Amino acid sequence: MEQQTGTVTVKRGLAQMLKGGVIMDVVTPEQAVIAQDAGAVAVMALERIPADIRAMGGVARMSNLELIQSIMDAVTIPVMAKVRIGHFAEAQVLQAIGVDFIDESEVLTPADDKYHISKHEYTTPFVCGARDLGEALRRIAEGAAMIRSKGEAGSGNIVEAVRHIRAINDGIRELTVAPKEELVARARDLGAPLELVAYVAEHGKLPVVLFCAGGVSTPADAALMMQLGAEGIFVGSGIFKSNNPKAFSKAIVDATTHFEDPKTVAEVSKALGKDALAMEGIDLRKLPESELLAPRGN
Amino acid sequence: MATKKTIGVLALQGDVGEHLRALERAGANAIAVKTAAQLASVGGLVIPGGESTTVMKLLSRFGLAEPIATRVRAGMPLWGTCMGMIVAAREVADLDQPTLGLIDVTVRRNAFGRQNESAEVDLTIPALGSRPFPAIFIRAPWIERAGPHVEVLAERDGHGVMVREGQVLGTSFHPELTSDDRVHRYFLSMVEQTPTVGNSRDAA
Repeated sequence: MEQQTGTVTVKRGLAQMLKGGVIMDVVTPEQAVIAQDAGAVAVMALERIPADIRAMGGVARMSNLELIQSIMDAVTIPVMAKVRIGHFAEAQVLQAIGVDFIDESEVLTPADDKYHISKHEYTTPFVCGARDLGEALRRIAEGAAMIRSKGEAGSGNIVEAVRHIRAINDGIRELTVAPKEELVARARDLGAPLELVAYVAEHGKLPVVLFCAGGVSTPADAALMMQLGAEGIFVGSGIFKSNNPKAFSKAIVDATTHFEDPKTVAEVSKALGKDALAMEGIDLRKLPESELLAPRGN
Repeated sequence: MATKKTIGVLALQGDVGEHLRALERAGANAIAVKTAAQLASVGGLVIPGGESTTVMKLLSRFGLAEPIATRVRAGMPLWGTCMGMIVAAREVADLDQPTLGLIDVTVRRNAFGRQNESAEVDLTIPALGSRPFPAIFIRAPWIERAGPHVEVLAERDGHGVMVREGQVLGTSFHPELTSDDRVHRYFLSMVEQTPTVGNSRDAA
């Protein structure tokens, strides 16, 4: 029987299985179990959630491997972990311990200020952040099996995620109505390979799954992003920086499933109770540019 | 065909769109099912690939577990792919995970390994003819135990990966990720051969 692992189909396929679901940042096995019990489709194993990375400053690296392993042992759902942009040795290590997905993430301090990892060589699939269509297609050209908006991680502020998902989907829409003779010039302007530009023009979608990340803090945030065309949701700090992680995680899962039904989103939001407090947010206009995470990597 | 039944794809989480498109390619009317009202309008149901822990929780939170079980016990054809087969199974090996118990099998989750062991396999399925089926296994389960009335339609490495008991079909792999519609057509023929039952509105 012919068997092939690590193919484009099985790598992109795992992302397809996560659609309509919520992926949650966790820093302990106990949090991973809370996430799984709430109905998360996967967890992102981290030493610190983005809000704390932001607060601590310094260099943020791949997480402790014992911690990642203990989270893999604690749950049956897929486990993702982050590497620094361009740090292919961190990625090799995460593949060696068998994580299910690698996030080459701007949330960590970039290791390479020019190049991302060539992701084709790996059996483990990669997810990467993007702010617009060109950036998304460059990451796919490098081998990403899934794209997420960058948003502004750890900010509790949805505005950047909205901007990025809209920019990606506007870019896709423009290509679908572009005459064929424009595609080469469009590829030049997007900074993306022609064959991917032609794929998007023909199919009206990315060739991989598109999730939202960066700033989701409430059930309504999740419903907003799903209605704007995200195929699923990453929640980083939004759950474990709220005052009731169990309730928020469940409510965000329910709102992601029933995003087009405001009654259900209202019910699950009300069920949070009158004492529910979402994480504190940051007005991004007051942050110095040097503290923004999304511009890392392009 | 005036009597052609509508097929539902359970749309709480997972690769719903891929199944809808594959069913339409195979000639069916297909709709996404998120509510009991939508469930009542279909003559067969597909539970897609996804995360079984997530979908079992959503099924019970939104009151769909019982209606699905009732329809299937009354004869509505059901096909579960990967997660869907786990949800339909009687039990999950070594895990205290609730299931709908609609097919008499014990499944082992992530049986072939984690994502690095996910694979494309040329699978022999005698019921679909001699040409191998391009089976895509993603963190896939296998059949650990099959009850006496369960037919094992395909095996990989000595473990059942495609099973049928009456009107319930299960596959460990994902035909919806390929352009080969033979398993979808096989399920559609199960649906067409089923007399209309329960509260399906497709009788006309």
